[in-house]
Amino acid sequence: MSVLGFCEWLGSTAISVGIRESTLSFPIIESVHVLGLCLFLGMAVMLDLRLLGLALKAVPVSEVYARLLPWTWAGAVIMVISGIFTFLNDPARYYQNVFFRIKVVFLIAAVLNAWLFDMGIYRSIGSWDTDVRTPQRARMAGMLSLTFWAVVVVAGRLIAYNWFDKQ
Amino acid sequence: MLLAFSLYRTFEWIENHNVGFYIRSSTVWFPIIEAFHLLALAVIGGAVLLVDLRLLGFQLTRQPIAQVARDAEPWFRLSLAVMLVSGLLLFSSEAVKCYYNAAFWIKMVSLALAMLFTFTIQRRVVLRAQGYDTTRGLRIVAIVSLVLWSGVGFAGRGIGFY
Repeated sequence: MSVLGFCEWLGSTAISVGIRESTLSFPIIESVHVLGLCLFLGMAVMLDLRLLGLALKAVPVSEVYARLLPWTWAGAVIMVISGIFTFLNDPARYYQNVFFRIKVVFLIAAVLNAWLFDMGIYRSIGSWDTDVRTPQRARMAGMLSLTFWAVVVVAGRLIAYNWFDKQ
Repeated sequence: MLLAFSLYRTFEWIENHNVGFYIRSSTVWFPIIEAFHLLALAVIGGAVLLVDLRLLGFQLTRQPIAQVARDAEPWFRLSLAVMLVSGLLLFSSEAVKCYYNAAFWIKMVSLALAMLFTFTIQRRVVLRAQGYDTTRGLRIVAIVSLVLWSGVGFAGRGIGFY
């Protein structure tokens, strides 16, 4: 089965039809997705700003991480679940939408960037924990994270517009 | 009656003014401004949550309350400015629709209350908070702030659905 075929099948399932035909489901799901953005990305932005030495300068990086990461994870769970439900509204259309594809690519890039940061420069946190000006690789990770997530948000918002959709 | 009438006329005038007209007649401007509105939402959400979660004693408890509030403030102000400017532009392109939109009015009332609360009561109480321990009063302040700002977010998303 092709991916498109899978999306079409997904769109025919009871839960997908239910979301699509209900008046309130989609607005509620979308609102949760938008409010979840505040929690997830708000926290992630604060982490990145600390890496860039632009916020919470007096707080050690490891402490910012230890304290904010659980909230970021909670936000991520809300985003993924509400995002999946949003997708179920009309899987075949979203799959073919160029902004959806851009969003997925940058989502993967953002997660990869966070993972590489975690596996890489963050391992030596002990030697730069209290620095306002963090090592270049840490600042790079913060900058890339802000950029990737910004593209995810902008592309995500633009999915609603069918400028390039095949009719 | 007279006030309502003139308010409607004002909204109508805004919508037909150059800026509103320009945004409305383009396919891309509204979505682009909307996207920036969302980006700033993430930052303002972060700034508000940073302070409120601290007040609730949920995070950064090893930092003094007033310090966390001072750290978050420039980001709160910057993102609020972006929100207000982008929001005003979005509004100007569909002012008349907003006039008839219940979600819009709920959002405006919540926004006014949220800003008033944040810049007066919350700001005073938080910056005066001594040390690390949160109190029942500070927790109440945090909950009021969270309720008001989430109201702005939910009602804001609602504008698009009516």
